[in-house]
Amino acid sequence: MKLTGAEIIWECLVREGVDVVFGYPGGAILPTYDALTKYPQIHHVLVRHEQGATHMADGYARASGKVGVAIATSGPGATNMVTGIATAMMDSSPIVCLTGQVGSRAIGTDAFQETDVTGVTLPITKHNYLVTKPGDIARAICEAFYIAASGRPGPVLIDITKDAQQMAAEFDWAAAAPRLPGYRPSYQAPATEFARAAELINVARRPLILAGQGILKSGATAEVLQLAATAGIPITTTLLGIGVIPASSEFNLGMMGMHGEAWVNQAIQQADLLIALGMRFDDRVTGNLKTYALNAKKIHVDIDPTEMNKNVPVDVALVGDLRGVLAQLLPQVRPAEHREWWATINAERGDAAVRDVQALPDSGHLYAAHVINDLWRATKAHDTVVVTDVGQHQMWEAQYYRHEQPRSLITSGGLGTMGFALPAAIGAKFACPDKEVWVVVGDGGFQMTSCELATIAQEKIKINVAIINNAFLGMVRQWQEFFYEKRYAATPLTGPDFVKLAEAYGLKGVRVTARAEVTGTVEDARAHGGTVVIDFRVEQEDTVFPMVPAGADLADMIRRPKRDVLAETGADREWQMPPAELAARPAAVKPARRKTARPPAALARL
Amino acid sequence: MAKHTRIAYVEDVPGVLNRVTSLVRRRNFNIDSLTVGRTEQPGVSRLTFVLEASEHAARLVEANLYKLVNVLRVDDLTHKPALTRELGLVKVKVTPETRAQVLQLVEVFRARVVDVDEATLVIEVTGTPEKIGKFDLVLRPYGVVELVRTGAVAMARGHEPLSSNPPLVRAEVAAEMPSETADLAMSV
Repeated sequence: MKLTGAEIIWECLVREGVDVVFGYPGGAILPTYDALTKYPQIHHVLVRHEQGATHMADGYARASGKVGVAIATSGPGATNMVTGIATAMMDSSPIVCLTGQVGSRAIGTDAFQETDVTGVTLPITKHNYLVTKPGDIARAICEAFYIAASGRPGPVLIDITKDAQQMAAEFDWAAAAPRLPGYRPSYQAPATEFARAAELINVARRPLILAGQGILKSGATAEVLQLAATAGIPITTTLLGIGVIPASSEFNLGMMGMHGEAWVNQAIQQADLLIALGMRFDDRVTGNLKTYALNAKKIHVDIDPTEMNKNVPVDVALVGDLRGVLAQLLPQVRPAEHREWWATINAERGDAAVRDVQALPDSGHLYAAHVINDLWRATKAHDTVVVTDVGQHQMWEAQYYRHEQPRSLITSGGLGTMGFALPAAIGAKFACPDKEVWVVVGDGGFQMTSCELATIAQEKIKINVAIINNAFLGMVRQWQEFFYEKRYAATPLTGPDFVKLAEAYGLKGVRVTARAEVTGTVEDARAHGGTVVIDFRVEQEDTVFPMVPAGADLADMIRRPKRDVLAETGADREWQMPPAELAARPAAVKPARRKTARPPAALARL
Repeated sequence: MAKHTRIAYVEDVPGVLNRVTSLVRRRNFNIDSLTVGRTEQPGVSRLTFVLEASEHAARLVEANLYKLVNVLRVDDLTHKPALTRELGLVKVKVTPETRAQVLQLVEVFRARVVDVDEATLVIEVTGTPEKIGKFDLVLRPYGVVELVRTGAVAMARGHEPLSSNPPLVRAEVAAEMPSETADLAMSV
């Protein structure tokens, strides 16, 4: 069948199971857009900025596990994609980006809207292609989808010249099967390594599982929980590992790292064995490498061999797909309980940083912690996906929203891309139209990509946006507070009236300034038929605690000052303590000081 | 820190050298020399790396090379009996008094004079990188005008195949890899 290159592109996408693409047209991709009219089975979402297209494809991929697709034209269209591609690369998200390129004869002449896109994206893609002939398009797309989704997933870019889109070629899908002799998506570790790993687990007295996003990619939640249950091993997660292990699991201690739980970081430093599963010892997780987990042997399971011994030297490296590795390892693991070890951790947990935010009085100030915790309570019974941006609100979300399901938190981890949340949430909504999608975003990050509200309006989709508005670039301000003697250089931030902004896009906007309004507003937003933007005016100079300063020892955390209104009460394990005992704690605030007295029955819900 | 020699077989496609050098640059690996050329197999190019690195760093380079889609295989020649050769061209000043001395050195180093004029000689020398370094050193007093070196190429001695599997962190190619591609990779 003879087709134009542009038609071949769509034929391939249909065969790859693509039903939605996120893109922005332009000169060099026009033939492809023209051919789009012949393919009504593919829905094209017109974005407002190409960065948004890549984040949408990324959000779609993270919410669904399928490959997301973004399309842009040459030159500025493609360079606008760079941030989104780098985001997907750092967080191993499978996306395929299609970009138009100037005609093949114009390449290298500095033609209008010409950029060396394969050169620009070379270090931030898993692989990329420059296609100059229509006959090469099908194989490039087929390989791109295969590479993006297999092994350690990642972004793949295909740059297609305008003449390759215009000219015709024979289209043969079967002949387009990947021919990648050098590509090794996975490895199989030798049996001797499994025996060594099992031996380390069986002799360990203070083992700890570090759970990362690889568990999600591999679909190995059940196996990890089985390992924890068999050998009595506590689990801690990375930021991207949140949701992979249910927050309510008795084995889940919470998040590790810079803003992780203090008892988790203590446990890491005290452990005699770390079992790292699908995580990569990022600097935000380890703190100072020279003092990181010195007492512990390390077993590292990851699909990517380059992660082995990259940051932390390990004793056993098991390269391979996590699920397969654990299935092979589990029969060799002996049952254990590690009661002493659990007692040590629980003791730390008891008097350390439990954030019993619900028990705190309504001081008249609105705190982000309250907003996020109330949001969790209002949405936890529903199938909810939360998409966060980057900064303080992201850490508060990780701390105060308890995720029970994989893929229920989507956030930019490795690259820390502000502006990620809103477009990624649009992608997530297209992936899961039946789920409730909440954006939790700062006022800074929101302003970076708020133009995508127009995309939401045009597509008539329902997303709820919670802007944690503190009129500061909060995380940077926090660093300035701690490390630059409160010299707030360029962090105070004005913004538009977000309510009016939402209304300008034809959406609903609401402002919340008091805690009493939070739950009602969230419920109203859920019930509203269209997208709602909520402007939560929170305390301006609130701080994310605890915190490990960059490069400091993991055990060396900055703790919340005791006088602070959001005092760590040292109360219970995650709001489950009986109310009587809660009241008996000296650090807990007495009910008499509440502005609105709460009956004991309400406390029992906690 | 020691010298490590790695041979990488790569698909001969546009941009592959760029991919390799970009990797070296962005991962901050320190490369002594890198040469590239065709091989006995059409469509396959061969890169020889010499790294000044710890064993650990050299392994990371290898693992990262494997991650490039166009890299077919990486061999480690560091601890194997191997031949390493480099070619150098040296343009050295000569006077009627020194010409004979220089020619004597050329003789000793089994080098060849490839160009002569009234004031200079161009000498071609092949051998290990150390030998070429030494040759440069002994010519310096006469005045080296220009020196160019190709970088090392290397080949294992004997007929034994190096490693049938990528020796990467003691792992083998997974079973789920399409078998014909696995064969292709191994046959290279």
